[in-house]
Amino acid sequence: MRNRDWTRVALGFAAPLLAIVFSVIVASLILVAAGDPVGTTWRTLATGGLSGALPRNLVNTVNLGTTYYLSAVAVAIGFRMNLFNIGVDGQYRLAVFAAAVVGGAVTLPRPLHVLLIVVVAMVVGGAWAAIAGLLKVGRGVSEVISTIMLNAIAGGLVAYLLRRVASGQQASNNIATPSIPESGRVPGFTLLPSSPLLAYGFLFVAILVGLGYWYLLGRTRFGFDLRATGLSPSAAVASGVNVRRMVLAAMVLSGAVAGLVGLPELLGKTYTYDLSFPAGLGFTGIAIALVGRNSPVGIALAALLFAYLDTASNPLQILADVAPEIVKIMQGVIVLSVVIAYELVRRYGVVHEQRRVAAQLSATRPQTEEVPA
Amino acid sequence: MTTAPEVETAAPAVRLTGITKRFPGVVANRNVNITVRRGTVHALVGENGAGKSTLMKILYGVQRPDEGSIEVDGAPVSLSSPADAIRAGIGMVYQHFMLADNLTVLENVVLGAERMHGIGDGARRRIEELSHAYGLEIDADALVEELGVGDRQRVEILKVLYRGARTLILDEPTAVLVPQEVDELFDNLRELKSEGLTVLFISHKLDEVLAVADDITVVRRGETVATVDPASTTSRRLAELMVGSELPTPERGESTVRTTPVLQVHGVTLRSGDRAVLDDVSFTIHSGEVLGIAGVEGNGQGELVDVIMGLRAPESGAVVLGEEDVSAWPTRRRREAGIGFIPEDRHRQGLLLEAPLWENRVLGHQTRRPAARGPLVDRRGARADTERIVREFDVRTPGIDVTAGSLSGGNQQKLIVGRELSGDPVLLLAAHPTRGVDVGAQAAIWDSIREARRRGLAVLLISADLDELIGLSDTIRVVLRGRLVGTFDPASVTPELLGSAMTGADGDPRTSARTEPGS
Repeated sequence: MRNRDWTRVALGFAAPLLAIVFSVIVASLILVAAGDPVGTTWRTLATGGLSGALPRNLVNTVNLGTTYYLSAVAVAIGFRMNLFNIGVDGQYRLAVFAAAVVGGAVTLPRPLHVLLIVVVAMVVGGAWAAIAGLLKVGRGVSEVISTIMLNAIAGGLVAYLLRRVASGQQASNNIATPSIPESGRVPGFTLLPSSPLLAYGFLFVAILVGLGYWYLLGRTRFGFDLRATGLSPSAAVASGVNVRRMVLAAMVLSGAVAGLVGLPELLGKTYTYDLSFPAGLGFTGIAIALVGRNSPVGIALAALLFAYLDTASNPLQILADVAPEIVKIMQGVIVLSVVIAYELVRRYGVVHEQRRVAAQLSATRPQTEEVPA
Repeated sequence: MTTAPEVETAAPAVRLTGITKRFPGVVANRNVNITVRRGTVHALVGENGAGKSTLMKILYGVQRPDEGSIEVDGAPVSLSSPADAIRAGIGMVYQHFMLADNLTVLENVVLGAERMHGIGDGARRRIEELSHAYGLEIDADALVEELGVGDRQRVEILKVLYRGARTLILDEPTAVLVPQEVDELFDNLRELKSEGLTVLFISHKLDEVLAVADDITVVRRGETVATVDPASTTSRRLAELMVGSELPTPERGESTVRTTPVLQVHGVTLRSGDRAVLDDVSFTIHSGEVLGIAGVEGNGQGELVDVIMGLRAPESGAVVLGEEDVSAWPTRRRREAGIGFIPEDRHRQGLLLEAPLWENRVLGHQTRRPAARGPLVDRRGARADTERIVREFDVRTPGIDVTAGSLSGGNQQKLIVGRELSGDPVLLLAAHPTRGVDVGAQAAIWDSIREARRRGLAVLLISADLDELIGLSDTIRVVLRGRLVGTFDPASVTPELLGSAMTGADGDPRTSARTEPGS
């Protein structure tokens, strides 16, 4: 039986639960202060409002959660190495735009077509992140600053290129890339029989990405080097890790996964990229990675939680006359309180483990008091 | 009307009585008694680990003593923070300056003390007053970035004077200075003294201390050994007091030294700004040989280890391992070639404190069996080998899944030694391998090193523990200011010789502090 500190494990679960409870309290207080109906709001969020809406909401949650999951994994790769890739937002938008353009321009047999789109997305995302990586490695530029600025550049670049690409389209009010033909689309599947809404087929890719993330970081030498650099750069350097190469590799990997963020929606629903494509997914990913504590399972749970809150809040304005932004407040409070709770748990855990080890050693001391040969 | 010679009736600036400070596993200060007369430069000398820094931390309010009392200007004080110390008129100038390069001298000085004279003309006037009064000659509007090291130190001194210090503590002030800056500093100190201030000066450089101090207190192993008057003592006597008058006799067995060179270092020079941190260092270690490097900390030992490990690149010189010139090899390749490394600071360079023991077994060995197989980490192999190390090196732990940070320092060190000796290295770099380790573990580590040496391991041993150096080394060399200045046989070396070489006290031109330009 592994000698695990069960107190610490239990605390690790308690922290996010307490954070959620705390955020509900805070949100309720805000609703009261604004004169909004508290009970109606929570009922609407819990049930989805209209009768029969729950199954549809659940499928939407899974779909949105898939996107959130990919974004959070991209961020988490950086976080494990103490790198803050705030640029997931710009990386995914550039990547999904490029993927939509390439996907709409060719026709190949289905597996190849989809593969091509995925590869293009990952390469573009990785390359955009590599810029920040090179700046950090070559000039010591903080990746926080460079990725945020690259986000802005990416936004402008996409808007500009979109007009150029769409100018060749038939007359239409909406500026968009050519629609991806049937062979490039990923078919959905029926998740819940009670809802006709299909779940994105890309869900399976997201699951693969999660497994790959777990395996890479937990089982490979590369993953060990990455985690060691995040835990203690000085120890990693002394152990032979080439920190510059690691920083670059981690940024590129993070960017490549970020490139996938827009694909569930692109290949499962819209088949085209236009300016109404969801934005801000990169920042949601940061919040989810923090709440999920960079663990593949934790991120999945957090992604589903956030996705559910976002989905269920849509009818709030109509049904309860409450601004759906109350959910954003909740999410923000969750992130803050979870981060604080985790830090407290971690500090307590360190002290607790030291005491536990000392206690165990003194209990067994008489038997091990042998003079070394 | 008395014509008797002036008697020292003023209360001493600082009096420490019976100061004792304990940390888990070690007594840093034991019954320390120091009296610092007002208006003097009082030097505190001792080797690293002697307890000087802890004493100064107590005096500056950073630590509280377990026993004993502190009196400032005759009145007992209780210092529970640096703010208390500053209020009592004590100012500390650290070895590592804390100045903001992008601000001016004025801005740096007022930072944190804005209430005293404001931040504008009032402050500037006060700075100029102090600067003239104490001969510091600093321009208040100069940008710190543009100042040299000597000037920066004067800014630090100005900072404490600005805050009303009457007693200054200087921690190894000459560590970063070149000879003429040292002369300038000493002139400044004499100036401060003549204005009635008191200076407490921590150092291990006996020649400098003798040049400027009025009183010298020697500390060894946490205790005050003696307080002497520089006029009536020689540097040899001081060195002996610092180092102890009896050296252990080495364990002599059959010599295991073979003829094949394992490590050759040729003419390595490393600079840091103007100073040569390593100056034309050359030596050879053969298979089965332990080369011990003695020297007070800060004379280049750490940098030498960094160069051999590939963590820093020297300006000139070469490192040869076996038959290969590894000077351009990255750290990983050198480790793979068989260099084991026991770092001086195990928390910073030797362990991942928040990772379990078996993952720490992988650290440094992540490209080789048994910790890794191909591109994957071999969990089973790493865990099995960690169990072996725990058994063979008697690492006291309830299991291999606990985090490294929850073990005691001694057990952490045993784990590191066990890890670095596994995989049959050809060269072991051991920097203070038994620092903070209890006596039983220390003996066990020494035995492992001796056993490996019998099998042909070459060892570069850096240590401040003379027992260790003399007990393990086949040859001892002394490093001073980046140069190797003496070669000794552990069986015949005397404390005087060793101490003098380590502190440059014997006035021998070879070991003297001031190198003649162009020599």
